[in-house]
Amino acid sequence: MRITFPHMGNLYIVGRGLFEYLGVDVVIPPPISKRTLKLGIEHAQEFSCLPLKINIGNFIEAAELGADTIVMSGGVGPCRFGYYAQVEREILKDLGYQYDVIVIEPPDTHFSELLQKIKYLSNGKSLWQVARAIRFGWVKARALDIVEQKVQKVRPRESVKGAADHVYQWALNKIDLAGDVKGVLDVQKLALEKLEAIPQEKDKPVLKIAIVGEIYTILEPFVNLDIEKHLGRLGAEVNRSIYLSEWVNDHLFLGLARMRSGKEARKFASPYLRHFVGGHGQETVGSTVRYAHEGYHGVIQLAPLTCMPEIVAQSILPVVSERESIPVMTIYLDEQSGEAGLLTRLEAFIDLLYRKTDWKKENIK
Amino acid sequence: MTGKIVGMPKGLLYHYYYVLWKNFFDALGFRVRVSSDTNKRIVNTGIMSAVDEACLPVKVFYGHVLDVAEQVDYLFLPRIVSVTEKEYMCPKLLGIPDMLKACMINPPCLIDTTINLRNNNSQIYQAIKEICAIIQVPLKDGIRAWQRAEKAQGDYELYLQAGNLPAGFNSNLGEYPIALLGHGYNIYDAYLNMGMIHKLQDLGARIWTKEMVPKSIVDTYARKLPKRMFWTFGKQLLGSGLYYLEHNQVKGIIYVASFGCGPDSMVGDLLERWARRYNNKPFMFLTLDEHSGEAGLVTRLEAFMDMVKRRVG
Ligand code: SF4
Ligand code: SF4
Repeated sequence: MRITFPHMGNLYIVGRGLFEYLGVDVVIPPPISKRTLKLGIEHAQEFSCLPLKINIGNFIEAAELGADTIVMSGGVGPCRFGYYAQVEREILKDLGYQYDVIVIEPPDTHFSELLQKIKYLSNGKSLWQVARAIRFGWVKARALDIVEQKVQKVRPRESVKGAADHVYQWALNKIDLAGDVKGVLDVQKLALEKLEAIPQEKDKPVLKIAIVGEIYTILEPFVNLDIEKHLGRLGAEVNRSIYLSEWVNDHLFLGLARMRSGKEARKFASPYLRHFVGGHGQETVGSTVRYAHEGYHGVIQLAPLTCMPEIVAQSILPVVSERESIPVMTIYLDEQSGEAGLLTRLEAFIDLLYRKTDWKKENIK
Repeated sequence: MTGKIVGMPKGLLYHYYYVLWKNFFDALGFRVRVSSDTNKRIVNTGIMSAVDEACLPVKVFYGHVLDVAEQVDYLFLPRIVSVTEKEYMCPKLLGIPDMLKACMINPPCLIDTTINLRNNNSQIYQAIKEICAIIQVPLKDGIRAWQRAEKAQGDYELYLQAGNLPAGFNSNLGEYPIALLGHGYNIYDAYLNMGMIHKLQDLGARIWTKEMVPKSIVDTYARKLPKRMFWTFGKQLLGSGLYYLEHNQVKGIIYVASFGCGPDSMVGDLLERWARRYNNKPFMFLTLDEHSGEAGLVTRLEAFMDMVKRRVG
């Protein structure tokens, strides 16, 4: 059995950590490239979600490296994600790939079934060992988020452009390589120190921009064309409505850890969108309200073209923007999106935010 | 008799539940005003009011809402989350009342009650209670009206199952049975699909729909899927589609999708894959959007029917 799973931002580091800890043979798909996307577009239905298309590309490329078992999370609706694994299995089958697809469904079904799947995937390791592997993956997920959040703060302020990203790349690699909990925590500490040591213009006025929207587009730099890096270089500090460990917690660890919950975002959403709409649609609206309250200068919504929950959210955001007085820009991403077009839009948005901001008042705050 | 007017937009779930709600409000003494049939003005208003990325049925629905909103006391805009245990509607339908609220400047009183029978069938009574509170009628009248309406809807569904098309279509035309599958608003809105049913009938097709397949058969065939399909209409489409694939009399299958439709991108694709594996009758995947041209549609329907006739003949 050679396990693979789809890419989504830094998820591969968590997945590799978890499975290797269990001594399971794991094949990480090659980093997402134009080819990955092309394979997905070729074989998935035309208006499938972009994440599904890229999953398909990942699985084809992982099969080329010898993977034979896919592990994915599932869902009970109402959004498409809950049926990804089913459609992907059929697409791969028609292409002649002999994949075994194992779907970790939310425990809405049977907990015993879940335990069975874990036992199978872990090569019969004891539950104690499985629990330790999960904890190890978790420590990596948290470390990744902690380092990334620091990077988001340094990027707009660094004197030499690219310095923070240099440390970030180094940290990603080291966290990926770390073989035990202590190793991960050491890298985390060192990375934070290195980031702190980067020369920065600390009192330069910096715009605070929040990124909200569909999880895959927010977390996967290939799809969002490295939007955070661009925003950082344009002088904006970025915060996101979702970080990797939150997703890992919800989907893979069945919400075992207590985290900033979606509940809060939903509460903020309620004057505008009073019901969940699948995906993160309600969180998108709620987070926009929360960021407005927290004094952010602007919000950018990211979504794959045709994303249903985000279309709902986008339809409502103009009212939120007006009543909460926060500029909002929506960017849909698909296979046609290009970096040049994105940059133009970001520059225009940032210009607008600068013009709207009263920096004197800002400093008193 | 209150004589007050309830406005009902002729889009999306109207095509499924018109009989139900019309009877409900009639029984309570309200007048139901339905928006006009979809037309150019409605489509254009919808396109201008909804976000570009929305699917055509949602845009058209905006047009219908704005068409009827001004002349009514109440606007019926429920949030239909689920009508069946463990199933859902499309995410956009879960958000539609809030989406429209964000675009209407001076809306009439909204009946935007949530109906969610996913965990519990009796939630419908909670919903009726809420509706009664909004339109200010006693709950017991509301429940009586609901019972009548449910009966009428049940009869109507049996009528469709018996092989009938909804009002406005002639069910008895054509000699080549063709399954025409898709969301109700794509199949029965003759403006939106450029008169597809009539065009097919002119070409000799006899139209069979998913509404003609009894629930028990849909369930049996949908059980062939390795995982339960959680969209109610998705399940109906897959269940009836798989049934029609095996049905000797059905000579071909057309799946009508809205461009950009989430459920169609999966349900239609799965069905197409199964059809290809069966490889026993023509299957066509047709996509509708605001740019679809009539000439292109006619060409494709003709080619499809030619193929059907060749196989039969
Ligand atoms: S949230 Fe958007 S991208 Fe994710 S499954 Fe739903 S439609 Fe697709
Ligand atoms: S099911 Fe498809 S066509 Fe209907 S509202 Fe949802 S996305 Fe639009």
